[in-house]
Formats: sequence, structure tokens, C-alpha cells
Amino acid sequence: MRLRLEKRAAPSAAMRWAAPLMATLLMLVTGMLILVLLGKAPGDAFRVFFIKPLASVYGIGELLLKTTPLLLCGLGLAIGFRSNVWNIGAEGQLTIGGICGAGVALAFGDTESSWLLPAMLIAGVIGGMLWAAIPALLRTRFNTSEILVSLMLVYIAQLLLGYLVHGPWRDPDGYNFPQSRLFNDWELLPLLWDGVRTNIAFLIALLLAALSWLFTAKTYAGYRMQVAGLAPAAAAYAGFSERRNIWLALLISGATAGLAGIAEVAGPIGQLQPQVSPGYGFAAIIVAFVGRLHPLGILLGSLLMSLLYLGGEQAQIELALPSAITGLFQGLLLFFLLAADLLVNFRITGSAR
Amino acid sequence: MSLDTWIAIFVSTVVAATPLIYAALGELVTEKAGVLNLGVEGMMLVGAVVGFIVGVNSGSLVLGYLAAMLAGVLMSLVFGVLTITLQANQVATGLALTLFGAGLSAFVGRSYAGQPIDGADALHIPLLSDLPVVGALLFQFNALVYGSIALFFAVQWFLSRSHAGLRLRAIGEAPSVSHAIGHPVQKTRYRAVMFGGACSGIAGAYLSTALTPMWVEGMSSGRGWIALALVVFATWKPLRVLLGAYLFGGVTVLQLYAQGFGLTVPSEFLSMLPYAATIVVLVIICRDPKTILLNQPASLGKGFHPDA
Repeated sequence: MRLRLEKRAAPSAAMRWAAPLMATLLMLVTGMLILVLLGKAPGDAFRVFFIKPLASVYGIGELLLKTTPLLLCGLGLAIGFRSNVWNIGAEGQLTIGGICGAGVALAFGDTESSWLLPAMLIAGVIGGMLWAAIPALLRTRFNTSEILVSLMLVYIAQLLLGYLVHGPWRDPDGYNFPQSRLFNDWELLPLLWDGVRTNIAFLIALLLAALSWLFTAKTYAGYRMQVAGLAPAAAAYAGFSERRNIWLALLISGATAGLAGIAEVAGPIGQLQPQVSPGYGFAAIIVAFVGRLHPLGILLGSLLMSLLYLGGEQAQIELALPSAITGLFQGLLLFFLLAADLLVNFRITGSAR
Repeated sequence: MSLDTWIAIFVSTVVAATPLIYAALGELVTEKAGVLNLGVEGMMLVGAVVGFIVGVNSGSLVLGYLAAMLAGVLMSLVFGVLTITLQANQVATGLALTLFGAGLSAFVGRSYAGQPIDGADALHIPLLSDLPVVGALLFQFNALVYGSIALFFAVQWFLSRSHAGLRLRAIGEAPSVSHAIGHPVQKTRYRAVMFGGACSGIAGAYLSTALTPMWVEGMSSGRGWIALALVVFATWKPLRVLLGAYLFGGVTVLQLYAQGFGLTVPSEFLSMLPYAATIVVLVIICRDPKTILLNQPASLGKGFHPDA
């Protein structure tokens, strides 16, 4: 008896959604196993990682706060992934978004004005789009892999941020710390309610999730991109422009990543620092896959990923574990998902031999 | 500038290029078999941390290098099982490998961060190392540098002269045809992926024991991705990988000597150079789609399963 893979006539819809759940479960089991191997009581570890962060209103607020950039980046990336455009530089577009938005605040923010915050957000979006336009331009004009270009631009963006906070944008009254001045109240996104740090960017992200569903399900442009991903030959035969898909995918994902960047800078961080993201742009790649590139799934995926970030922080405080455990769990989750995805297209059958 | 400075620039160029040579040659062989593994960066990080930990605890760098290669192989096996056996998407799996490797290495290496290690010493070759100028230029490197050159010749010979290499290339070009005439497609691809893993592992260990003898989180800082770009830049030819790596090594050390040339540019901008250079060379090579089409293994990135 040996196990054989048998291709399904059509991908299994049930498995498409069961796979992320299976992956989450497997990640939990493996994660607990790792913690037990490290000598932590499994009950303790589970409580610290998954219950404690959610046990207070403040905790829920933090969950939604960290969900926001993941959701924003994930939504944008998913639109590209659906049409086989691999923007993996959301982290860089996020950084540039933060820089551009902060630039507006630093230039014009000394006097209070109601247009300032919208202008910062728009600058963030445009910054992200411009940064994503580079791989789009190079891919469409010079056939250059958007994977490698967008990734190289992450490092360049982070170095640029480092230069700005160490150099021209450093707070002159900041005791030489590499950071900009603190933002004024009118340069910060309004909070949703008292006692939490969640701000209106979360609502914007939810709205964009709905819009991205409309885009994919109801617009011709969204349809064209879907066809390009599922059946490139059919898309080419139908005369759908590959060039337009690439531009659209990168500009949209750049825009949402840029928005996520300025929302972080004008939100929980409140100034420009050498690091504006603990890898949200990369984690969003996992979010997009775990969420099956569907807005609702991406929302759930970003909640889960946000919980992993919070759990990692909590585990650092209470269990004396390095917070890098978050990255480990994230990677495991994606591995299990990719493995479970086998069941979408294949059936495992035992055949006697 | 004095002769000594020029010698120093040459030497640090070679030293900076060495990890790229290992990683890119490994990926080259993997890609020649038709498998695109974007996890080089992750495998390098795991190799770096494992090589460092084993090196520190055993006191033997050789053991560290062996362990790093083994770690790279294990990482690549995860990739292999997912993409070759389980038919997962190669791009997504490679990204997962990189994210996982970054997390795993940071987690494992936490308590070793910043700790010193006795780095790899320069070999002293009797007579040769003592030659004036030439000795300093060519015969005062550590063993891994010479190893990278040996690896180049080995890969070059394997791909162009050996029967197994020919078969590997055939599989990369046309897996179905190779399968039909009885070549073991899956097994060969596994071996190619594992070879890539071992090379990435030792490239990582070189970073943490020779280039900067310590472990720092995320210390490969994009070198794995640059190695991937190098393979494209080299149009899948080993000799060009070697030359490309030295070119990039040169760009990397440029920042160290920029002041000597009278350049007063903020250090961040100089640090951007290798990344910007990667983009520029990719544009130059990919500009003509025919260059890529003619050289890229035809089945690159596409899965193959004999049952399906």
C-alpha cells in the first residue's frame, strides 16, 4: 500500500477554506510543542500567547491597532498576487509612506490646521505608490523581476529613513536621539475611543476591505486581473493588457502599504523613528495567503497575525522568550498552509500494489 | 592612494564577494534543475546562526561549517518536500522559507547576539604567503575564500562536463521529456535543492565567522536576494556568477573606502549602493527579453509530478 496523489477534476472549494484552518491548528500544535520543549508549561504558554492579550479592552484595542497595517498591506498585496504580480516590497512602500506623510507634518505642522492630517495621509499614499511604481516601470519596460526590485527597494527605503532621522529631520531638541520631533495632537489620527490606542485608520482599513471586495467581484478591471492570474494564456487571448495589470497591482498595493506606513507614524508611533514597522509588510504576505486572497479571509488572517505579534510581546515579558518567536510562528503558519493546499488540487488515495 | 590601500581594497572585495559566490552558485545549480528557491536569504540566516553557535561551543570552525551546511540542507528539504513532493507554489514557498528562516535564526540566536568568536584565520601558505605584493594579494585569505573558487570550478565542470550535470540540465529544460526517457526528475531536483541549501548554509556561516565574526539578527541584510539577482545577471553561467560576485563585492567595499577617494556622501547613501546596483544590473540584463528566454532553464519555477 502506498499513498498516491490524484489530481482533482476541479479544485475543492471546501478544502480552499479548510486549509487555512488546518494550517492554523497545526501551527498552534507545533508552537505549543516548541514551547513545551523549551520547558514551558503548555497551559501557561497558551494563556500567555492567546488569552492574555485579549483579556482587556486595552488588549482588544492593541489587537485592532496591529491588525490595521496588516490588513491594509494584505489587501493590496492580494490584488497583485491574484494576477501573479509578486510585490514583496510592501515593507519598503510602507516605510516611504511613513516618510512622505511625516515630511508633510514636519514641513507644515507647526500651526494647527484641519487639512493637515488628510494631506499627510494622501502624501503617505502617494509615497507608497511612487515607490511601487519603480518595480512596475522596470517590469513593464525592462522585463525586470518585480520580486527582486521591490525587495531591494525595501533596504533602500530603510536606509533613507535612517538617513533622515539621523540627519536633516532629527529633532534639534531631542538630545541627539535619531528621531524626528513628536507630532502635535492635530498631526495624530483620532482615537476610536478612550483608553485604547486604536485609531480611525482601522475603520479606513475596513472600508478598503469592502472596496477591494467590490473591485475584485464587481469590476471589469478586477475580473481581468483574476483571469490573468488563473489563466494567463486566456487573458492574453482575450486581449487583456498584462502591462495594465502590473501597473494596477503595484500601484494599489503601494497605495495601501503607504497608507499603512503613515497610519503607523501618525498613530501609535507619533514621530519618525529609525524603524517604523516590525515587518508588517512581510507578515502581510502571509496574511494574504492565509486569507485566500479574499478580503474577508484577509481580515481574519490579519487578526490572527496581529494576535501572534501581541502573543510574542507577551511571551517576552512573561515567559522570558525572545519576541522573535512571532516570526517563527508566522513562518510555520505559511508552511503548513502551503502543505495543506495540496488537498485543494489533489486527493490522496491509497492504492494497493 | 598607496599600494597598500589598493591591496586592501582588492582583498576586501574578494572577502565581501565570497558569500555571494557560495549562495549564487548553489542557487544556480538549483535553478538549472528547474527549481526556483527564493529562500536563499532564510537559509543563509539559519546557516549563519548555526555555524556560529556550533563554532563557539565546539571551538572548531570546521564543525561549525559542517553544521551550517547541514542546517541549510534541512531548510532546503522543507522547501523540497513542499514544492517537489507536495506541489506547492515555488515562489510562495521560497518566500515562506525566507520569513521562517529569519524568525528561526533570530529565535535560536537570541542569547548569542553580540558574543565574539575567534573568526576564520588567514591561511599561511609557506613561501607563497610571504611573497611581496602577490602574497598579500592572493595568498592571505581564509580557507573558505579558496573553497569558493574550488566550488566554482567544481560547478563549472559538473554542469558542462559530467553526465549527471547534463541530466540535471535536461531536467531543468524539459522535465516531462526527461521523465519519459527514464531520468529521475524528482530525485535530481531534490539533490539540486539540497546542494543549494548546503551552499547557502556555508555562505551564512561565512558571514558570522569570517566577514564579521559575530551573530547579529538579520545579518545577511539582503545578500541572499542579491545572490538570486546574481544568477539572473549571470544568465545562469557559473563564470559570470563569479565575476558578478566580485563586481558586487567591489560595490560593497566602495563605501568603506569612499572617504579615501574624497567622497563626502552620508554613509546611508553609500550603503544603498549594492541594492541600487542590483536593480541597475537586472535592468541591463533583462532589458532584452530574448537574453532571459534563451538562457533561463525552460521549466524554471514550474512544478512537475509524475503522478499528475
